[in-house]
Order: sequence, then C-alpha cells, then structure tokens
Amino acid sequence: MATLFIDNAPYQVKEGKNLLEACLSLGFDLPYFCWHPAMGSVGACRQCAVKSFRDEEDTRGKLVMSCMEPVRDQARISIQDAEAVGFRAGIIEWLMTNHPHDCAVCDEGGSCHLQDMTVMTGHNYRRFRFNKRTYRNQDLGPFLNHEMNRCIHCYRCIRFYKDYAGGKDLDAMGAHNHVYFGRSEDGVLENEFSGNLAEVCPTGVFTDKSLKQHYTRKWDMTHAPSLCQGCAMGCNIIASERYGELRQISSRFNGEVNGYFICDRGRFGYEFVNSEDRIREIGVKGKPEIKDRDSLLRTAAARIREGSVLGIGSPRASLESNFALRKLVGEDNFYHGVADTEFDLVNLTLRILKEGTVRTPTLPEIESADAILILGEDLINTAPRMVLALRQAVRRGPGEALSARMNVPLWQDAAIRQAIQQDKAPLFSITPYPVRQDELATKSLYESPDDISRIGFAIAHAIDPDVTEIKRLSDEERMWTAHMAAVLLRAERPLIISGYGAGSEAVIKSAADVAWALKKSGKDVRLSLTVPECNSMGLAMMGGHRLESALDAVAHGHADTVIILENDLYRRAEKTLVDEFLQKSRHVILLDQVYHQTAEEADVIIPAGTFAEADGTLISGEGRAQRFYQVFVPDGPVQESWRWLQQLAEACGNRTLSHLRILDDFVLEIAKTCPQFEGIEHIAPPSDFRIGAQKIARQPHRYSGRTAKEAHIQVSERKPPSDEDSPLSFTMEGYHGIPPSAVVPFFWAPGWNSIQSINKYQIEVGGPLHDGDPGRRLIEPGDAHTPVFFAEQAAPFPIRPDCLYLIPQYAIFGTEEFSVHSPGIASRSPAAAITVARADADSWGLRDGDLLEFQFNGQEYKLAIQTNQQYPRGMGTLPIGLKGVPFMDLPGWIRLKPVERS
Amino acid sequence: MKPLTGHIKADGTPLTLAEYEQLGGYQALRKALRMSPQEVTTEVKNSNLKGRGGAGFNTGMKWSFVPMDDPSAEKYLICNADEMEPGTFKDRWLLEGNPHQLLEGMLIAAYAIQASEGYVFLRYAYKTAAKGIRVALAEAERAGYLGSNILGSGFSLRMHLHTGVGRYMCGEETALLNSLEGKRATPRAKPPFPQVSGLFGKPTIVNNVETFSCVPHIISNGAAWFQSLSKNPQDGGTKIYGVSGKVNRPGAWELPMGITLRELIEEHAGGMRSGYRFRGALPGGASTDFLVEEHLDVPMDYGSVAAAGSRLGTGTVVVLDDRTCPVGFVHNLEHFFAQESCGWCTPCREGLPWTEKILRALENGEGRENDLDLLAMHAQALGPGKTFCALAPGAMEPLQSALNYFRKDFEQHIHEKKCPYGHTLH
Repeated sequence: MATLFIDNAPYQVKEGKNLLEACLSLGFDLPYFCWHPAMGSVGACRQCAVKSFRDEEDTRGKLVMSCMEPVRDQARISIQDAEAVGFRAGIIEWLMTNHPHDCAVCDEGGSCHLQDMTVMTGHNYRRFRFNKRTYRNQDLGPFLNHEMNRCIHCYRCIRFYKDYAGGKDLDAMGAHNHVYFGRSEDGVLENEFSGNLAEVCPTGVFTDKSLKQHYTRKWDMTHAPSLCQGCAMGCNIIASERYGELRQISSRFNGEVNGYFICDRGRFGYEFVNSEDRIREIGVKGKPEIKDRDSLLRTAAARIREGSVLGIGSPRASLESNFALRKLVGEDNFYHGVADTEFDLVNLTLRILKEGTVRTPTLPEIESADAILILGEDLINTAPRMVLALRQAVRRGPGEALSARMNVPLWQDAAIRQAIQQDKAPLFSITPYPVRQDELATKSLYESPDDISRIGFAIAHAIDPDVTEIKRLSDEERMWTAHMAAVLLRAERPLIISGYGAGSEAVIKSAADVAWALKKSGKDVRLSLTVPECNSMGLAMMGGHRLESALDAVAHGHADTVIILENDLYRRAEKTLVDEFLQKSRHVILLDQVYHQTAEEADVIIPAGTFAEADGTLISGEGRAQRFYQVFVPDGPVQESWRWLQQLAEACGNRTLSHLRILDDFVLEIAKTCPQFEGIEHIAPPSDFRIGAQKIARQPHRYSGRTAKEAHIQVSERKPPSDEDSPLSFTMEGYHGIPPSAVVPFFWAPGWNSIQSINKYQIEVGGPLHDGDPGRRLIEPGDAHTPVFFAEQAAPFPIRPDCLYLIPQYAIFGTEEFSVHSPGIASRSPAAAITVARADADSWGLRDGDLLEFQFNGQEYKLAIQTNQQYPRGMGTLPIGLKGVPFMDLPGWIRLKPVERS
Repeated sequence: MKPLTGHIKADGTPLTLAEYEQLGGYQALRKALRMSPQEVTTEVKNSNLKGRGGAGFNTGMKWSFVPMDDPSAEKYLICNADEMEPGTFKDRWLLEGNPHQLLEGMLIAAYAIQASEGYVFLRYAYKTAAKGIRVALAEAERAGYLGSNILGSGFSLRMHLHTGVGRYMCGEETALLNSLEGKRATPRAKPPFPQVSGLFGKPTIVNNVETFSCVPHIISNGAAWFQSLSKNPQDGGTKIYGVSGKVNRPGAWELPMGITLRELIEEHAGGMRSGYRFRGALPGGASTDFLVEEHLDVPMDYGSVAAAGSRLGTGTVVVLDDRTCPVGFVHNLEHFFAQESCGWCTPCREGLPWTEKILRALENGEGRENDLDLLAMHAQALGPGKTFCALAPGAMEPLQSALNYFRKDFEQHIHEKKCPYGHTLH
C-alpha cells in the first residue's frame, strides 16, 4: 500500500494502479472518458487532469492526466485545485463545441456519461460561436444506431472493437477535428461483441437499435437482475421493461463470469419475449372455453391422474422448474429433453468435473492462463464470451513480460499493445474446421474429431507416460503433440478447453486426460468444458433418464401422458420418432413460452413465463449457480413453470409439492434434498431480505408517469403487483442504495446516471462488486488424488467411400432456439448448407450450391453444399438448429446417394 | 567551415557516389567500423551535437539509451526527413544535394546502436530528394556500403526509403513510427521511449536529416573539432539557418552555431526589402515564439534563444514585417496547425480549430471583445503537459507571443471591425 495525499488528506491506496483508478476507488468523482476499467489508459481525452505536486513545499504543481500516472507512495495531488478544475471544465467546453446538444431526442439521454461528466465539471456557458461540424451517419446493421455528430472522439469505440474484441471493420478515419469512427462503407458490424459499443460509447454515437424499436429512458424502465439464457456461460444481464414489454438487455457486471461485456446474441436475442409467437393463453385442444388457471388445472390434473405419466425436463428451464416436474412425475419418470448424444456428452462432462482433479476456470482465470489448448471447440459459436476472454489471455503473458522489462504499467494500454505487436501467449486450437479463435492461435490444426482426440491423448501421454501411448500418429502429429506438451509443461497456469462442440466423447476425455496429467505434474491447470444451454449443467446435475427411453416408454405403453417442460422435442430427436411419440401419447401437456412444432401437437398448452417473467436458478458451464429475477408481471395466465407445476401437483392431489409455495421454498427444498445443489440457498438473499425494512426497488427513483400510465383505462392507480418470491419490489418504492450484488437491478449512483456507475458498486474500480461477485460454484474437484486416465486408444479417422462423417456446427446467430425470434439475429443466421472439403466435393463432381442427397438413420435428406479447402477429407459439418435444417442426432455417418451426372 | 553543405554543387544536383568518395566520403564509415559501437556513441555524445529537428536533445545521449545487452535483438534506425514545419527548408537542401552524406551518417548511427534495418521517412512532396535517395541507396548497395557484412566488418544494414503522405504529424517521432507501421499517425505515450520500444515494438532511434549529416564529420574529425565549429561549445557544430519573409535574399546558409539573429538577417539575408521594416521573427519555424527588435542580438543557439523566451527549433527564421498583418500571419499558422492536428487529444483537436476561427473572425472584422481572452485561454490551456504531444503547445507559441508583442494589432481588429492592413479571409 502507498500513502497518497489528495488535497492534503492522506489515503491508503494500492501501488501499481493509476491515480484515476485510485481516486475513483476512494469514491472521488473525477471525470474521464477514454479510460475504461477493462481497457486501461491511453491519455487521449485529457478529462481526468489533476494537479500534481513535487512535495509539501511545492505550491505551484503541474497538471497531469491522472489515468496516465502511477500511484507513488507519498505523492501529493489535488483534485480541487482551481487550475485543474478549470482545465477539466475546459475539456468539456471543447467537446461541447461540436456536440449537437440533442439530449432530448438522443437515446443516451438520462444514461449518458457525457451528460454526467458535463454536470460534474460544471461547464455550462457556451462561448464557442461558430458553426458545428457535421458528419454523415452509417447503417451499421440490425444492432446499432450510428449518430456521429454526437461523437466526442474518446476513441473508446475502436479501442473496444478493434483492440479488445478483435473486430476488423470499425476504425478511426480522417484527422484533426474531423476524425470519423465508422466502417469504410455502410454495412453490418461483423464482430460478435459489437453491442458492447452501446455501453462503451460515453455518449449517443453507438446506441442499441433494438431498444430504439420501443424506446424508453433508463429512468422509465423497470429493471431486474437477470441471466442470459443464450448459452451456458451464465453472463449476468440487466433486463429492462415498460408497459409489459421487454425493452433492453444490458450487461450486468460480474467479475467472475462476464466482466463488463456480453455477446450480441445475449444482448439482442431477447425479442422472443415480446414476440407474436409467444404462448400467452391457455390452450386445451377441443375445449376453447378453458381460459383461466383454475379450469386448466382441473382439466390437466384429470388427464394426469387418468394414466401413467412421464415428464420431460429441459436444459433451458430453471432448476426449480425441472425440480418441480421431477417431483410431480416422480424421479423414475423424469427424462431429459435433450438429444441422446448431447445427454451423453453433458453427463460425461459432469462426471469429469466432479470426479476429476481439475477445476473449471472463472473469467479472470481464463484471462490469466499462460498456455491454452483447445480441443474440438468452435468457441465463438458454443461459448462466445470465452473467446473475448481468450483474446485478453493471449496478450497477457507477453504484456506482463514487457511491462516488467520496460517498467511501464500494464494499464498503459497503448504502450503495452504497441510493444506486444503480434506476440501471443501459446494457444493451440485443434478443431474440425477453421474457427474464429484461429486468429488468436499460435498454431491451428484442422482434424476430424477422432484425430483430435488422438492428438489430445498423445499430448497427455507426452506429459504423463501413465496415459497410454497413441499408435500410428503421423510425423507431423507427433511433432506437434511433443511441442504442445512441452509448452503446456512450461506454463504455470495452463488452460484446457473442450466441450460438446465436436460431438465427441473421446475429444472431451482426451482434454480431461491432458488437464489431469498437467495437474499431476504440479500445474495450476484449469479445464473448461462447454455445455450447450443455459441450464444444461443444472439438468445433468439433477439426474434423469435419456430421451430415448422416454420414447421407448410410450412406444411400449409404459406411459401415456406426457408433460413436456419448456421444450420443442423436434429439436431433440428425429421427426419420425417425435411424431410417433406424440401420437402414441394419450395426453401431451406442454409448458412453454413460444409456439413451436411440439406445441402444435400438444393437447394442453400452458403459458410459461420467460426469464423476464419468472425467477429461477441456473447452473452455468462453470458449475456456478446463479439466480435470475423476473422484471415484470405479465398479463393473463402466464407464470413461472415451477409455479404451474406446483399448482398442477396440488390439483392432482400429489402432496409432494404442497409445502412449497414461493421461490425460496423451492430453493431450500432443492438444497436440502439434493446434496449436489447444496449452497444454492446462499447465492442471493431470501425474499424476506430487507434493507431498513425496505425491499430493493426495481424502478429507478425517477420513474415517471406511474399514475398516468393507465389513466385512459382507469383514473385511479392500480395496486402495484407485490413480489413474494424475491427481495425486490416492482415499483420505485424501496431501497435505492447499493444492494447485495446478486440483486442489483440497475447501476445508478448520484451524479453517475450511466452504466459507468458500476464503479460505485465495486470494492475498487474494476474489482469485484461490493459484497463479492454473485453466484456460487457448486462443482469443485475432489481432494487431490491420482486421476484415473481415460487413455482411450482411438483409431485414426477412417475415410469411407460414399460416406461422410457429419458433425454439428453451431452458429452464434441462428442455432439458439429463441434468439432467432429477434429479426436482427435471424438476419445474421448462416446458410443452411453442409460444408465439406473441396477435394471431397470435387471427387463427387459437386460444386458450391449443388444439392447433396444422403441417407442418415434410414431417412433421406437433401441439402446444399459449400466447400472449404481447409476441411479435413471425409468429414462435413451441418449448421444445426437453423430454420430449414431437420434435426439429426449428430455426429454420425451419412451415406451419400450417387450423384447423377448428365 | 561548411562541412555539411560546402560540397553541395551549385546547381543543386546530388553528389554521385564517385564524387562523394572523392571528397573523402565513406571514410568516416570505415573509421567507425573499426571503432566499437560504444566508442562511436561516446564520440557523438562528446561532440555536443544536438538534435536538429527542433527539440535539441543531445544525439549521442539519445543513442546511449538503446539497450545493447541483447546483441541478437532487432533494432531500427530511422531518419526523420518529413520536413513540414512551415518556413523550414534546410533538410531539403541536404537531401537533394548530398544524399550520401545522410546515408553515411545513418550507417554510422546504425552501427553505433547495432540496428539492422534503416528507413528514410521522407516528406511526400520532396520528389527530387526521393529520386536522389533512391539512386544513392542503389549506389551504396552496389559499393558494399549497405547490405550484408558491410566492408567486411560483419555489420549488416538494410536501408529503405519510405515516402509519407504529407502529414505534419509524422514529424513527431512516435507518430512517424505509427505511420511507418501502417497505423494512424497519432503520437505514442512516453514512456516507453522509442529507444526502448519503437518501430514494431523494437528499440529504435529517430534522428533528423541535418543531425545524421553531421555524424560523418564528427567521426572523421573528432568531437573537439565539431565543438570548435560552434560559437557556443554547449551546442556543437555548424547549423543550417534559413530566413524567409520580406528580406532581400531569403535562403539557407550553413553557419557557425550561435551567430546572432541580426547577423543572419542583415548580413546573410541582405536585410529587409526596401519599404519594409522588421517587426519580429519566428526564430525556428512556425512553432516558436516571436522574437522582436530587442532580441536581434540574441545568439542563435539552443540556450540563448530559450533564454530570450523562444526556441531555436529548426533554426529557420520567418520574418514578420510592418506591412503584414500579424493577426493574419498567426491565423495562417493556426490554420495549418489545426489542419495538421492528428485528432487524438481533445485540447489540440478542438482547441486549435477554435483559435483558427477566432483569428479568422478578427481578420474579417467580426472580432468580439472577449476574443482575446479566449485566445489567451487557449494559449495557456494548450500549453506543454496539457496535450498529448508537442504539436499544440508549439502551435500556441507564435500565438501567445503575438498576443504579447502585437496586442494593439489584435485590439485594433476588434475596435475597427476590420483588418487595418486591409486583409480579409474567405
């Protein structure tokens, strides 16, 4: 610690930080623009100037930029010095010479860092009397608006987009007072993290285009702490609503999970909540008169009681909902609504994490890995946020080394980047096809899943001879495995990444063997295994049977009534099987949020709340239990699935859920009865938590129009809904200070109206939230013991004539079921085509765009092909989950129909 | 003694390699290659050669900051030939007249820091110089002065000519480095200094054309000799001074460092043209403070000009006469600087255009009472340490001194609602 004198008062601060961070962490309001806690300092905006004094005697001092100066023990600075105060106001005056002052019609207004900083510096009188500069704006695609006239040239946008996120199509152009931040021409911003620009930009240049469709000011929205449902990363989000419509998703800081940033699927994939395709009403086939909850419950209960029932759970439903279904139908009758291959992969993953010796990494641990091996995973499409973390990780090692050598702190972002140039920490990516992370890799290989696992096991063997040696490796494979093993052994904090992406258990096992071997040799290694959906891990931990056996149970008459929880079975099994299953079932009861093919076949449709209308717990791929909270109470019968299921059980006379009424009851019951979930009761405060007898307000203190909102219907204000499930209130009444980190509905502090107010919620700027970053890791490896290596002896991948090994390919925009209801996401969806090696296509006489006819599991398919020179021979990929792509339980061998040549 | 320019031909065509060698060219290189790199650096340091680009930092000292502990580490040597300072045309003379002298200086410097790659970063408009340098590079390579194992010494250097696209900003050495890397020409934060992390993150030395051109002579004749050329041993060598403005013989001359401004204007530039009186001068290019009549006897060396409240800068004097409007004069400069701001930091990007607009308004009779306060505010707030690099502080030097020495002219513009010199701007 160092002693820093600020305006003559001593403070204890951490050495190594810069003065701006130190001042902000101490709670001082010091304005800034170009500095960002995750992106460091570049000294461009000059807004954070303070006076620095040589010693106690020095009365003149000199202005310094606080973001560019390291904290030094006994240093003396002044924030209040008149020259510093004047200079900071002067910076705003300059920035304002060209700013359009269009706050009233600007989407940023009310949550604008520029507004806040302007007020903070006290600049208000305009002395610039000349014309303002103007720019032409660009159409940047479906996610972001562009309004360049508002730009204050802090360079944050390109520092985030280019430097931090690796984007290539946004840049600074021009010079002097006409620098332009945009693309070389109009067009969709390509980078998968583009949406963060809306938060990174301190003013209204880049704003959320989806919010604009139904614009509401920050202060007029109801907000809730929520979780992204787009994948299993568990990114924390803020969901915001007005008039019963979800309006915006923004990033909710969690230093352990997502930091400041989320991907575009997470930010823009929410529109299904407001979709025309939503299931909002109760639907009982043949009985249109049943519209209310009570009659529905009676009817459904009668059908459940009639026969033998089975339940199909869901990896996109909360722990509570899956638990309620399992209780309702009984453990023996609870099946997982996931494809069988996926079931096996996720269960294997869980077993490896539980029984193995290596932990999963948190976000900071990913970012500080010093050697990385990726086996089989196309991460931008299976765990997008991780790619952003890896991008920081590969710079970290070289950056730290240079920082030490040059005696320049790491937060000197431009200097460190400049010195690093293209240098990277080792990252080896071995995938079936070219992937985004290749641009981070020191070496990329493209191999079939079989061969990936062989390389994985061979690396493990090279690290630890206890792993069986892999036979018949090529010379090149032998060279690379030896090299990779050596590099991993040289590292201190290696990270091994694999997962469901390649659809191969052997690949996952080989990744585990590498990690375990490294652990055995004393490395502080981490193992990250991706899983597909937001609660895949929770569902696997809960246990249950394969979907295949559910289909069998009905086929063999062991069950005839099926309750399907938040699931479209046509995405989980082949069409003919699902058709047969649904036809054979006497009653199909579906609880879900959006209409889909299964809903069309269901006899009873029960409207379930989305994440915006429900509370629940999810377990991320890291094994972290986190809670999401509903933002608003929907009109009509929509409610949480777990509540429906509890009421259904009651209606059936099933007493197992009788004692469970509110969310806390479910959470406690799960924690009590399922030891694997012990601790979830502590991840967030219970519903009776109060701060000074107050609940935490979901609406900001400036929420307006409350008494007028429904005045055209009813002049007296409707009683606001109460929330018995959480410590949050649905109104502006309640606590407005800083609540426990798990229940922060929005970031807002006096003088800090924008998202930059996160600073005030952290222990130190950029550090964890005040009472720790939310969530609780449920899976920790057992006591150090010798691992039992899988050490499988896979044969080299066979190339079969007239056959193709088809593996699934995931798309950040397109694969996930709900996010494609956002038109912007749908427009980014890839083509529904099979990609194969060009040499293979040539051998069949096919070219790009030609149709490939093939058989798989006895079914005939016909899909267009694309070719790629870098694909391994004998293998192809199919983007799954897209519209127009039928479900196939991949990977698997497809048999090609002979091509007819004219 | 005119070691730098004495051999330049009257017609301005470049000395060929043969001509240069005949005059003793590349002997200094041969001598340097027999010395240790450390000895070369020390010799240059002792000569008190100060950077001729304007900043006036001891050249040998700069070289000595290059880490020499890892002999395998890549290093770069760069000649800043992006001469774009308004009123400055001294490097052009050397570039066009004697390119081999520059190359030899660079070769010696590269040897001193053990650089393996060299670049001449040339102003785009210097087409004639570009041609001459290309020829000289080819000649030097053919003769074995460039390339691998130079003159059997084991030392190797590849040298390239890079022509810029015409940004004044590239005269700032770190912006030059960014530009050379293909990036935007914005300055870099220091530390790290280029000597430690420069071009492509490697140790790099950037020196001015005139600076490099001095080096062969220092090596050939020794540090003491070089110091003796100057009237002030603190600032070694000769200096190429230039004069522009309403003088009888505008031009550039190589003279002993430290002659007075009066000598320069009256003897070498032939005094003011008839009908024009001297009112003031920028002693070292556009980004230096005015000196006025009382300063005419100030010796033109780094220390003396600084003591008089200005900077020697490039040593090329721009003279203001009594029939030229000082407001228009300064407006012209601020127009240039505002245009050439890279747009990286707020004060420079937004402040310079503001001053330019105020000056334009003054010239056009649209000045207001508080305009001078606003100009003074800018002169102060764009000062050293407040902006990211030296461009804006440099731009403020003529403005602040004009406000000081020619304040009446500014006030007259406001009160008479026109330019008293009958000048208008569009």
